[in-house]
Amino acid sequence: MQFQLEKRPAPSRTMRIVTPFAAVALTMVLGAIVFTLLGYDGLAAVREIFFTPLTNSYKWQDLAVKATPLVIIAVGLSVSYRANVWNIGAEGQYIVGAIAGTGVGLLTHTMTGPWIFPLMLLAGIAGGAAYAAIPAFLRTQFKVNEILTTLMLTYVSVQLLNYLVFGPWKSPTSMGQPQTVLFSADQSQPYIIPGTIVQVGTPIAIVVALLVWFVMSRSVFGFQVRAVGASPAAARYGGFSANRTVWLALLVSGGLAGLAGILEATGPFGRLVPQFPTNYGFTAIIVAFLGRLHPLGVLIAGTALAITFVGGEVAQTTIQLPFAAVGIFQAMMLFLLLAGDIFVRYRFKRSVPEATRAAA
Amino acid sequence: MTLDLIIPIIITLVGASTPILLAGLGELVAEKSGVLNLGVEGMMLIGAVITVAVVLLTGNHWLAIICAAGASAAAALIFGFLTLSLSANQVATGLALTIFGTGFSALFGQPYTGKAVPLFRSPFPPELAADPVWRVVFGYSPLVYFSLIMVVAVWWFLQRTRAGLILRAVGENDLSAHSIGYSVIGVRYLAVAFGGAMAGIAGSCFPLILTPQWVERLTTGRGWIALALVVFAAWRPFRLLAGAYLFGLVMTLEVYAKAAGGGFRVLPSELWAALPYLATILVLVLISMRRGGSSSAPACLGKPFLPTG
Amino acid sequence: MTVLNRRTLIKIGGAAAALPLVGGRAFAQEKLKVGFVLIGTPDDNGWNFGHDTGRKYMLDQIGADKVETTVVTNVAEGPDSERVFRELAQQGHKLIYATSFGYGDYVHKVAKQFPDVKFEWATGNSTAPNVSIYNAKFHEGRAVLGTIAGMMTKTNTLAYIGSFPIPEVRMGINAFAIAARKVNPEVKVKVVYVDSWFDPAKEADAARALIDQGVDVITQHTDGPAALQVAEERGIVGGFGQGADMSAFAPKAHLTAIIDNWGPHYVKSVQSVLDGTWAEGSVWDGIASGEVEIGKYNEKIPADVVAAAEKVKNDIAAGTLHPFAGPINDNAGTERVAAGDVIDDGEFWAVDWYAEGVEA
Repeated sequence: MQFQLEKRPAPSRTMRIVTPFAAVALTMVLGAIVFTLLGYDGLAAVREIFFTPLTNSYKWQDLAVKATPLVIIAVGLSVSYRANVWNIGAEGQYIVGAIAGTGVGLLTHTMTGPWIFPLMLLAGIAGGAAYAAIPAFLRTQFKVNEILTTLMLTYVSVQLLNYLVFGPWKSPTSMGQPQTVLFSADQSQPYIIPGTIVQVGTPIAIVVALLVWFVMSRSVFGFQVRAVGASPAAARYGGFSANRTVWLALLVSGGLAGLAGILEATGPFGRLVPQFPTNYGFTAIIVAFLGRLHPLGVLIAGTALAITFVGGEVAQTTIQLPFAAVGIFQAMMLFLLLAGDIFVRYRFKRSVPEATRAAA
Repeated sequence: MTLDLIIPIIITLVGASTPILLAGLGELVAEKSGVLNLGVEGMMLIGAVITVAVVLLTGNHWLAIICAAGASAAAALIFGFLTLSLSANQVATGLALTIFGTGFSALFGQPYTGKAVPLFRSPFPPELAADPVWRVVFGYSPLVYFSLIMVVAVWWFLQRTRAGLILRAVGENDLSAHSIGYSVIGVRYLAVAFGGAMAGIAGSCFPLILTPQWVERLTTGRGWIALALVVFAAWRPFRLLAGAYLFGLVMTLEVYAKAAGGGFRVLPSELWAALPYLATILVLVLISMRRGGSSSAPACLGKPFLPTG
Repeated sequence: MTVLNRRTLIKIGGAAAALPLVGGRAFAQEKLKVGFVLIGTPDDNGWNFGHDTGRKYMLDQIGADKVETTVVTNVAEGPDSERVFRELAQQGHKLIYATSFGYGDYVHKVAKQFPDVKFEWATGNSTAPNVSIYNAKFHEGRAVLGTIAGMMTKTNTLAYIGSFPIPEVRMGINAFAIAARKVNPEVKVKVVYVDSWFDPAKEADAARALIDQGVDVITQHTDGPAALQVAEERGIVGGFGQGADMSAFAPKAHLTAIIDNWGPHYVKSVQSVLDGTWAEGSVWDGIASGEVEIGKYNEKIPADVVAAAEKVKNDIAAGTLHPFAGPINDNAGTERVAAGDVIDDGEFWAVDWYAEGVEA
């Protein structure tokens, strides 16, 4: 009796949903083994990283705060990747969005009013979108691959941030430390659940996910994106311009990344500092894939990755597990998910050798 | 600018350029076969940490470099298995490899952090290697000479050997290559492993030439520069050499400019730091413009090989 | 039945108390739990090593029966640190040391949520009812180093590798330059900022570049021995250890070191919590109280240089010599401090100029 891999007539929907969960479960098992071999308490590591954030109610608010930027960026990326536009520079758009929003914030710092905060958010979206427009332009006009341009621009954005925070935007009261002034009350994210640290960014993230899901599944734009992503030639027949899709994909993912950026700046950070880039833009790529490029999947995947981050911090203090371990778990999840992908397109088929069949 | 200053600048420049040259060569071969491996930074970090560990444990530099190459190649093969045998998305898998490499190296390197690593010095006799003038030619670590030899070797392999031709064919038109009877997957596996090994050796440059100790993220993002370099060089080995040294020059100048003060300070240091990346974008545009819109990338780059039937 | 249940309950309770499963439990603590949040690892042989050494000294002095410590390493400055502080507070730590400036915003945030937990913020600049700041007068050490450097240099060109252009670093440069020029009026001090507290690659590059420009004595305000290693490699006159004795990395080049001795302070502060006398305050000690120590002198330093260095050290300790006693000119030639005047502790933070001889 042998097993063979046989291509499925159509990608299995069940497998698409099952594989991310299986990947996480397998990561826990593999992770426990690997870490025990490395000399750490493998079971404790898995427990602290994956379970404690769920069982400890103190941590739920941390999960919400941590998942927010991941979900927002990843939802944008899922749109982009569906269209086969590989925006790897979400981190850069995130940074520029924060910069743009902060710029507005610095201009309005002495003013008051409920219009300031939304204006900053809009500036953030615009900043991220504008920064993504550069690779969009380069791809549509010069056919330059967006993987590299978005990546290079990420590094440029980090330098821009440094320049501003060390230079013209440095707070006069910070004793020379590179940081902007603290955002005023009108400029900070409002807290929405009193007594917790959950801010308005979290419901925004949920709304964004739902909105994008609606648009992607019900609107012409959504259909266009998916069509162009699946087959540019066929899409052209349908009258969908590939170039326009590239633009839209990058503007949407860039704008959302920028939104996440200004939300983080006005929320957990409270000001702009050189340490602002925390690689959310790259982690969001994992979230997008783990969530199968579907906004609802992204919501779940974003929470899953937030769990690993928060859990990793817990493990740091309780079992002295180095934070670097979190990266290994996250990478393992992605590896296993990508490996499990094969079961979406192929299935195991038992093939019975000729002789036995004849005998039966 | 006196000779006194130029020679040390050249020496520092060569030190900065060598790792990205090595990693770039490896990635060039992988990409020529059609595989885009974004995991270079992760593989370099694995190479660096393994180098430190082996050197501290055995004192043997050559052994350390070989182990680094092996470890990174193994990591690359994980990537290879996922993308070649399981047809997983290359971008996502490459990123996962980088994240994995970063985490693994940080964890593995914990017991070795901060310990001094003996430098891998020039193989030439001190009369030449330490001579104020001749050290420009003879004063480098064997890794540097290795990198230069590899440039020629890779060029010769790709352009002058049958195996190289097959590799290029696999990267340009995998279906045709497959129908002629070449194992597309097999060739790509080898190319990916080579890329991994070179990235590992590139990683070993950091503790053995530049900063003789292990710290987390020792390679500070140079892996991404190597990726840019391959495109900058239009996938040609000698252009890669020029590009690597150009980038190295920009990186070196940034620090010298700060140290020299005076006129150099006109430009903010952040602009200097951003220069290599901006330059790459510019070159990408110029290349595309010159060729009338078509890119010189291997046609199958990044696409999974899915033979029909 | 009841007996079994109670016994089982006690067993489970005991087990639960032994495993740090869920945070936020309250059970009787005999030992004082003290948390140390480090920005790097104790293996950096510098800043973090100094704090960890101080911690061990404190444990030794006070006794492991009265106090236990938790060390969390590699905590990035930013919102993630807020989670770590909160986690430590939730786990019952009553005294938490935040050992870097960048933790400040988050220390204050968490301190507000946990008014019964005491926080001490190293190199901080604002206090609260349960937040104290503590610092060391490293610049006093720099004055000693400057004396040695000024006397030993052959090229009259010294270098100072700085992290960020913040007052602490600026004043370190000034103290170094002023002391060096006192013994050698020809001396120049070149300054390079690497924009990081710890970036061995950049520090090494900076050191190489400076040495190529003729520098023969280097000092650095960063956390690792990278610059020293380059100094050893190039065989220049020498360099200095920062935060700890770094002679293991550069036996020939390592002239001496500024050693951060946090032990005495940690003992004082932990004891004050145990005694209930802890109060909001600001501690800024130097050579006199032992917080700043000068390491062993390299054998190659001539006796008269050692004598001069020791004199400077002792005079500072006795209060008869102030590192910033006038007359002091800035590097444009303007007099900033008149003869007979000093830059006192308050004015220290407002200095935005460099002393004569500094090329920054």
